[in-house]
Amino acid sequence: MSTRLTEVLAAAKAENRAALVGYLPAGYPSVEGSAAAARAMVEGGCDIIEIGLPYSDPQMDGPVIQRAVEHALAHGTNTRHVIDNARAVAETGAASLVMTYWNPIERYGVERFAEELAAAGGSGVITPDLIPDEAAEWIAATDKHGLDRVFLVAPSSTDARLKLTADAAGGFVYAASTMGITGTRTSVGNRAAELVGRTRKVTDLPICVGLGVSNAAQAAEIAGYADGVIVGSAFVRALLEAETPEAGLDAVRTLAAELAEGVRSGR
Amino acid sequence: MSHETVQPDPSGHFGVFGGRFLPEALIAALDELTAAYEKAKDDPEFQAEFTGLLKDYAGRPSIVTEAPRFAEHAGGARIILKREDLNHTGSHKINNVLGQALLTKRMGKTRVIAETGAGQHGVATATACALLGLECVVYMGEADTKRQALNVARMRVLGAEVIPVTIGSRTLKDAINEALRDWVTNVDSTHYLLGTAAGAHPFPAMVRDFARIVGVEARQQVLDLTGRLPDAVAACVGGGSNAIGIFHAFIPDEGVALYGYEAGGDGVETGRHAASITGGSIGVLHGARTYLLQDEYGQTQESHSISAGLDYPAVGPEHAWLHQTGRANYRPVNDDAAMAAFRLLCRTEGIIPAIESAHALAGAIELGKELGPDATILVCLSGRGDKDMHTAARYFDLFDADVREEDQQ
Repeated sequence: MSTRLTEVLAAAKAENRAALVGYLPAGYPSVEGSAAAARAMVEGGCDIIEIGLPYSDPQMDGPVIQRAVEHALAHGTNTRHVIDNARAVAETGAASLVMTYWNPIERYGVERFAEELAAAGGSGVITPDLIPDEAAEWIAATDKHGLDRVFLVAPSSTDARLKLTADAAGGFVYAASTMGITGTRTSVGNRAAELVGRTRKVTDLPICVGLGVSNAAQAAEIAGYADGVIVGSAFVRALLEAETPEAGLDAVRTLAAELAEGVRSGR
Repeated sequence: MSHETVQPDPSGHFGVFGGRFLPEALIAALDELTAAYEKAKDDPEFQAEFTGLLKDYAGRPSIVTEAPRFAEHAGGARIILKREDLNHTGSHKINNVLGQALLTKRMGKTRVIAETGAGQHGVATATACALLGLECVVYMGEADTKRQALNVARMRVLGAEVIPVTIGSRTLKDAINEALRDWVTNVDSTHYLLGTAAGAHPFPAMVRDFARIVGVEARQQVLDLTGRLPDAVAACVGGGSNAIGIFHAFIPDEGVALYGYEAGGDGVETGRHAASITGGSIGVLHGARTYLLQDEYGQTQESHSISAGLDYPAVGPEHAWLHQTGRANYRPVNDDAAMAAFRLLCRTEGIIPAIESAHALAGAIELGKELGPDATILVCLSGRGDKDMHTAARYFDLFDADVREEDQQ
């Protein structure tokens, strides 16, 4: 069964370009405000949106996302809101993903979460702290409800783990560009290209690169070798720095447009 | 379920608990650590080096002390204290730290990071790093740096960098998050010297193995002293390393009951506590499936305890398993009961316990009344209370008026 995610990635490939993936946590500046921001990112040119599920212990996130997530949780954002935002994204025609640490899914109910997200039009879920080795229940639930499960690979992954991870993944493989946490960096370095090359040898799935990408030049560079470019903190920062909600929407729309140009100029 | 089977399984599971719930980026480091540890475990040279440091540096074996005047308040049961407070650096934490610091050297890493709550693990880590010439960075919740200012100074005197963590609840759990962020960024040069028997595999098993000397010694010491095994073993449980350390050698002894005392804070019924097993539910935090304090959406809830070292919203996975199988019993002890036991031990035996350990003492008072005068209870006195003088002086109103005014400002 093919999801909207696989269709969008295939369409980008047909245009000989990388897809643009934008991340935004639900609930910043408000649940409705984050849905509006996600729509603005689609208008600007994001092909795929990851709705982040705000979590109390975001171990792999830097200060920018931590700040937005703390705000979202303090204002009562919960798992239902995340699914609502995923629905709002799906209604735009973009591919809709949820990105979440594992415990909120386990607590909500693995089966219930998969069922409700699929019903909302979500294509899949990115789980940064769930490795395939621990994912038996998740694999069964996502198979049953036709969701793509996106697992991560990192520069430190051995070739054997690249294969194990890619074999269990669906939609795409998320390649972490550097060893580290989320946040903008001046350069993503050449470990990302090397990792994508190593991953290509073990899978036919598309490979998208994230962590540290913030501008069109970086997006273009990564688009030269990856199937998708993932941008998170830069969008969140644009919202955090905006003086009004309207200015925030303009800022993420503009950033998306710049990045969309970047992913189209990489090859 | 048989407790003879080796736990955990090769992938780090204690029944349904434990495992590895961390990003793929850290799996290579966890594999490297597992391999290094498995090799060291069977290497006589490593074991000799570790045992040598425990003996000639930490001061092992620690003694046991019988506490007859204290025991009068515990139903007349015989109370025997395992004196981990007498170790170098003042707590059981040094055992695990020396083991992991030696392992760090073996792996060729030059930098150590650690989290700390009460500061005891941070001090022990800073100590081992000074001894072995390793760079040391300690993450500590800002709330704890204030509660335990003296330990912050101790770490800095020992050459460690102490970084206050100002995000989240600003306690131990947030210090662990920040240490994990550091680790994933600097994993090539850095070992994360986790201070409790929690986290992702191999930490719970490895920390337990470095800590289990406490129970191995105590089991023989009680046999030598009384001619038989104790009826019960009592220990406080935050993450649970001192408890698993003293429990482990007794697990096959079916006649020995095991009691873990969690921090009940203001009372489990108030919601302001740190009793993960008694008042929590099964979930995933900091790399392992275990019991934790969480809301209906899986968000970690803040823990509360007068004891910084027990102020943690989860527990090591082996304790979760021992609870589920019924081999060990876990009960909450409220702040007030712990402080009463703290004072009682000071006044009856002239021993100032850590407030963490006072939870086990409070538990032993109730347990002694239940088991009666024929019972022998071994209590893990996991640390000394010097670091807690400020908290105790406030709690018992021991400051003179002018000092109290200064303190309140």
